[in-house]
Parts: sequence; C-alpha cells; structure tokens
Amino acid sequence: MNLAIELSFWDIAFSAGIVLALGVLLAYYRLGVTRSLAVASVRLVIQLLLIGYVLAFLFSEGRLSYVAVMAGVMLLVASREIMARQKWRLQGWASFGLGASTLFVSSFAVALFGLLVVVGPEPWYLPQYSIPLLGMIMSNTMSAISLSMDRLTSALADNRAIIEQRLALGQSAREAILPYLRDCIRTGIMPVVNSMATAGIVSLPGMMTGQILAGADPTEAVKYQIIIWFFIAGGVGFGMATALKLLEMRLFDERQRLRLDRLSQRG
Amino acid sequence: MELRIQELSFLEWQGIDLNLASGEIDCLVGDSGSGKSLLLRAIADLIVNDGRVEWDGKLRETYSPQEWRRSVCFLPAEILWWEKTVGEHFENRPSEEALARLRLPLEALDWEPARLSMGERQRLGFLRLLDRGPAVLLLDEPTANLDEEAASIVESEILEYVRERNACALWVTHSAAQAKRVASRVWRMEAKRLTPIAGEGAEA
Repeated sequence: MNLAIELSFWDIAFSAGIVLALGVLLAYYRLGVTRSLAVASVRLVIQLLLIGYVLAFLFSEGRLSYVAVMAGVMLLVASREIMARQKWRLQGWASFGLGASTLFVSSFAVALFGLLVVVGPEPWYLPQYSIPLLGMIMSNTMSAISLSMDRLTSALADNRAIIEQRLALGQSAREAILPYLRDCIRTGIMPVVNSMATAGIVSLPGMMTGQILAGADPTEAVKYQIIIWFFIAGGVGFGMATALKLLEMRLFDERQRLRLDRLSQRG
Repeated sequence: MELRIQELSFLEWQGIDLNLASGEIDCLVGDSGSGKSLLLRAIADLIVNDGRVEWDGKLRETYSPQEWRRSVCFLPAEILWWEKTVGEHFENRPSEEALARLRLPLEALDWEPARLSMGERQRLGFLRLLDRGPAVLLLDEPTANLDEEAASIVESEILEYVRERNACALWVTHSAAQAKRVASRVWRMEAKRLTPIAGEGAEA
C-alpha cells in the first residue's frame, strides 16, 4: 500500500512560498492579519511535524496505555478549546468540566462503537485506526459543542428579560428557552448535515483523499468515509444534546430561576 | 386566604415581612432603585431569595415553580412579547368584551407585537396576566405608560378583578394619589427596609 510519493524538505519549502506571497499581499494592504498568518503557519509546521513523530512512535509501540494517554491529551486540549471559545463562561470547574465530560461521553462512545462493532482491528485499539478515528469524531464534536454552547449562553444573556417574563407567566424553564435551544441545535448540526449532503460532489473529504493519495482503492476509501461521517454525525448530535442539557440544568436552579449569575463574561 | 412573607431576603435586602389577605390591595412606594421591583420578583421566585413565603397556609416550596408563578403572578413594568402575534401569548383568547373594556380592538390579537403602542402594550400585558388567573397580583407600575383616561380604566379593572375573584394585589406606584385611592395599606421601601406608612401597622 506504500505507493505514496514521498515529499522532500524542498517540496514543503516551495509550498510555503505560496503562503509567503499571500503574506506579502496582506501586509501591503495592511489588513493586520499578516502576523496571525505567520504564527499559524509556523504552528502548523511545528505541530504537525511533532505529531508525525508521536504517531510514528505510537504505531511502532502499539500499546493500549500509550493510546490511552494520547486520547487523554486530545480530550484535554479539545476541552480547553471549547472553554476558550465561550464568550460567557460558567464559573468554577463547570466551565472546563462540562465540555470535557460531554466530549468524553459522546466521542469516546462513538469511537468505541466504531472500533469494536464496525471496523474491528486486531487488537481493537490498534493506534493506526483508533487515533485517527477518535480525532475526526472529537474535532467535529468539539466544534459543535463549543458553537452551540456559546450560542445558547449568549441567547439567554441577551434575552434575559423575555425569559423572565415567560417564567413569570408560568412557563417551565424548558418552554421559556425552547426557541433558543432549537436554534442552537440547528446551528451545531447544520455544518455536518451540509458536509454530508455535498460530500463527493462539491468536496472530496480529506480522509478519503488521504487514503487515495496513499494508494488505496477509491471504492474502499469511500466506504471508510461513509462510516466516518455517520460516526461524526452521531458524536456531534449526542455530544451537543448532552452539553445543552447540562448547560440548561446549570443555568436554571431547582426553582426554575434563570441563574445568569453562574456565568461570567470574558473580559 | 393570605400571602404571608417572613424574613424575606434577596441581594442586599434582608428581613422583609409582609402579609396580604384576599380582597386586599396594598401599594408599594419608594424611590426608583429602592428595590420595589426586586421585591416583587423575589416574591414571584424569579430571583434568588430566602425566607418563609406562604400562600393559603402552604409554603411556597410545596408548589411547583409554575403553579406558584401562576397563582402569584408578576406584571413587569415593561411588557415584552416574543411570539409572532399578540394573541399567541394568551392561553385562552380574551373575549371581545374584555378587550373592549380596555379600549382595545379585537384585531389587536392578530397584530405583530412591534405594532403596539406603549399604552397598548401595557393594557394587553395586563390582560395577559389575568389570562393565567392569578390569586395574587404583583403589579409593577401597571398604569405608568398610560394616559389619564386609560390609567383610570386599568385601575378600575384591577379593582374589579380583585373584588370579583377575591384576589389580592401588591401594587408598585409612584402616584401618592393613586395609592390613596386604591390601597388599604401603603408600604414604603427605603434604606433596604419595608415599613407600612398608611393603613394597618402604620404609626400615626
């Protein structure tokens, strides 16, 4: 299967020329993103080179404990990212814990299902399968959770007076926030639905493209892509549902009072 | 039946006692920012508060939050709308007669809320409150945005509702004349304390 053309240092250097040209253009128009582009490019190179070595090491060792550590690191970083993307944060541990626990439950459950029931590598945690699978599910779930949580807390903060009046007229907390909840779920799930609907027509999904570049049979590669999208949809949907439920429980107390005092706005 | 409030505290306010019997209307006066609206919100259990609150001899905690807020219903000073039409905010469509008494046309129920004038908002907001059939009315300046004529209509509608249902009302007002007209007792909120200044319990 090792049909891929290996890239040399110079191949990467020439590719960087494109970004460099873009940087010059951006600097000329003083768009103020030149620095960000430079930082992002450097981060991209360093992070990916490092992860290349890490994965090579993981694959050669193939131990469950190493896979677990890697998965743990991915979970921590993704949870931190969810927290960082919130305009309104829950106070205390909940701000990190809510994202982490939700991400863990949803993406690990779906990845385990994929490994044990569907793909079935030998052993089941074979890092060549488990790490990329978990990574793809987790990154999509992370985006959906952070997007929908951010939207819900902002909606509740912006519409506090309306929610209070709905509660005052005897609506339940759920009734009072239902329109905002619906909007959040729609926002979180639509990117996945759109990607699924246009996959293969507008875009060739990255994983499948990678397999094809590595010499895999396209008719086999698409099958993997199909199950991956199903897993992502599951992770995103269940992850978001759990996150919004926990958030709702946190933002209303046992007397169904809106507790925005449990949020703090990022400075 | 009676609304009994003992040792109520919320934010910086503490030890507030108040009781209100069926058929009674009490007015609540005080400078803006003195905490009158917060007191109404605390009684309706919309903000965090502590203390012993009873209606009809039963503690507030024995009611579900929804039951409590339907019985002890808060009318905010600024009425907001969230559905597409005004009518969708009602559980039972108000009768043409009820609307007419408040000088509102029947079509108002099909209007978009954005079309309502300040006065119409206030009057429809009051009808929306009555729609829930409350036994205790917590009214935050229910006539503030109304012209004299409309204000006196709303005022008499409140009196009528309280008499007819044997309900009671705690009524925030800025008008001493209005307090004198409608209230059997007047409370003043000042320096985070609630004291009766007219009627039962007031020092002569």
